[in-house]
Amino acid sequence: MVKLEARPEASKFMSIASPLLALAITVVIGTILFVALGKDPMRGLQVFFIEPVKSLYVLSELAMKATPLLLIALGLSVCFRSNVWNIGAEGQFIVGAIFASGVAMQAGPDTGRWIVVPVLLAGVLGGMVWAGIVALLRDRFNASEILVSLMMVYIADMVLSYLVYGPWKDPAGYNFPQTITFLKSTQVPRLFDGSRVNLGLPIALVLVAVFWVLLFRTYAGFQLQVGGLAPAAARYAGFSSRRALWMALLLSGGMAGLAGALEAAGPLGQLTPHVPAGYGFAAIIVAFVGRLHPVGAIFSAVLMSMFYIGGELAQSRLGLPKSLTGVFQGLLLFTLLACDTLIHYRIRWKAAQPQAAKPTAPAITPTPAATTVTTGKGA
Amino acid sequence: MDSLALLLAATFNAGTVLAIAALGLLINERAGIVNLGAEGMMLVAAIAGFATAVNTGNDWLAFAAGAGAGALMAAAFGVLVIWLNTNQYATGLALSLFGTGFSAFVGIKYTQEKLTERAHFDIPVLSDLPFVGPAIFRQHPMVYIAVLLTIALAWFLYRSRAGLVLRAVGESPESAHALGYPVRRIRLIAVMVGGALCGVSGAYISVIYTPLWVEGMIAGKGWIALALTTFATWRPARVLLGAYLFGGVTMLQFHLQGEGVQVPSQFLTMLPYVATIVVLVLISRNANFIKVNMPASIGKPFFPGS
Repeated sequence: MVKLEARPEASKFMSIASPLLALAITVVIGTILFVALGKDPMRGLQVFFIEPVKSLYVLSELAMKATPLLLIALGLSVCFRSNVWNIGAEGQFIVGAIFASGVAMQAGPDTGRWIVVPVLLAGVLGGMVWAGIVALLRDRFNASEILVSLMMVYIADMVLSYLVYGPWKDPAGYNFPQTITFLKSTQVPRLFDGSRVNLGLPIALVLVAVFWVLLFRTYAGFQLQVGGLAPAAARYAGFSSRRALWMALLLSGGMAGLAGALEAAGPLGQLTPHVPAGYGFAAIIVAFVGRLHPVGAIFSAVLMSMFYIGGELAQSRLGLPKSLTGVFQGLLLFTLLACDTLIHYRIRWKAAQPQAAKPTAPAITPTPAATTVTTGKGA
Repeated sequence: MDSLALLLAATFNAGTVLAIAALGLLINERAGIVNLGAEGMMLVAAIAGFATAVNTGNDWLAFAAGAGAGALMAAAFGVLVIWLNTNQYATGLALSLFGTGFSAFVGIKYTQEKLTERAHFDIPVLSDLPFVGPAIFRQHPMVYIAVLLTIALAWFLYRSRAGLVLRAVGESPESAHALGYPVRRIRLIAVMVGGALCGVSGAYISVIYTPLWVEGMIAGKGWIALALTTFATWRPARVLLGAYLFGGVTMLQFHLQGEGVQVPSQFLTMLPYVATIVVLVLISRNANFIKVNMPASIGKPFFPGS
């Protein structure tokens, strides 16, 4: 019988190998899926893993899609590490885009390039406001942040829809639900000519360093993590769980809002009902695959971005629906969580009675370690 | 008077959708497992049911297909959570994300399909009563099944031995295990039954309630059903009442739109989501009240020998 035996210590190796293993399993399932659909699996893999890194142009598109994912995932990593389940980043992203657009539309013909700064700050503020409501309801009324943050996504979506169909609709836009195209001065500066990559990318990379320092080199970050791993210990040490809640939600909301602002004042250049592209949800996967670590999030954001571009290419080249991306994203998180079991347990092939091992504190995910778990019908 | 009767009828119909899913989730939460994958299971069940209805023309087969799809997805979730000890929130979330993508992927062929007009279900004599007839007795059988299900579940939980065991598993898996009950297997069955009921609800939405298939058509009903179990403090009768309340809010929105109320439609569409938040706030305000009613082991993993 297969038995799971608790490791005396969480495996550092498996914590890094697990996402790779999960990716491998996802690829295998994907290959089977392609065969089942009557498509050449090699073409499928090529579309997802070779084409998105083939030329400088697709690379820049890859970076452009990875940027919002990375920004949101940075904030969510802090959230999940402190055991705050903000799953409404999509809503915070939308409100960030709305706030940023509100500022961008104030620009006149003489407005200087400085306007980009308030545009982005407004986005951060918008995301913080939306996440702040969640924090307030959790803190003050004990309402589940999971359900509230998710409900706020639908509300944000409706607010956006109201604005672009109503007061913010471009009067010269042939009645399309969209705002005016923002003036050139409000556009986030691009890094190179001929590519859509903009200042958002370096901003995101700087923020990776900032979040690393915050999480691993500051007292506040330490408090957050203790609160997530061992709430009782944190209480005993006098760390405020309320402060951690507010900090985690405001940080992640602000990051999602910033991502929304960069999209609105970047590649989109106007507000339409299509602003929500699912980045807020995909970033949850990015955060987990990146091991809730700022540097890990870079890799997983690029991977997730490949899934997006691969899905688009699969549609245009293989005639498969673009939603294939979502299938693979979901599969990846699902297999990752299964593989993560190997961080705390090892597989033993034996029929003997389980031996007791010392339970240890988990390292990354808030999964309590235990003694011995049996797979199969052992329960 | 007539429009009020129709509004009531629509309310019961909309509430039924939420009630069936929430009763299912109630079962697995009573066993100590929170499944945030409700939305994903309902989406996959919705397309499974819709495809079955289009291809066979049989609604009951469609509901069965939805139940099967929901149970299958719930089983995958259950194995991860119960045997591999993965985090319940994260795993449920993965199920929802997967379900959203997967249903959109397999459903693309069905976006143009239409179902033929379904037969009306009028209960003889009773449906001819003034007011009560159109309000209550001209519903799809599923509306009455939801009521029966509520009664059956209440009886099961509070009057049957198996229900007592289920509650024991949710309150204290250690004690249930010590008494020799197969805690994990019971939890898996509860999770699968929960998934199956979410599936029936999802299939009902795409086959009867809407009836069509659109990407993401569950539109948060799975999440609202999750909120309903908390709102109902894990009691079947309160789940049903809460579901009708939410059904009423959903229908009020259409009613107000029809009456030409001068509020942008988006704010009316928002109502059920805002109502969910308001209700969560009201019910959660008293932390002790929730704690007393909540299954004690909810969200916590259990494995024998620890």
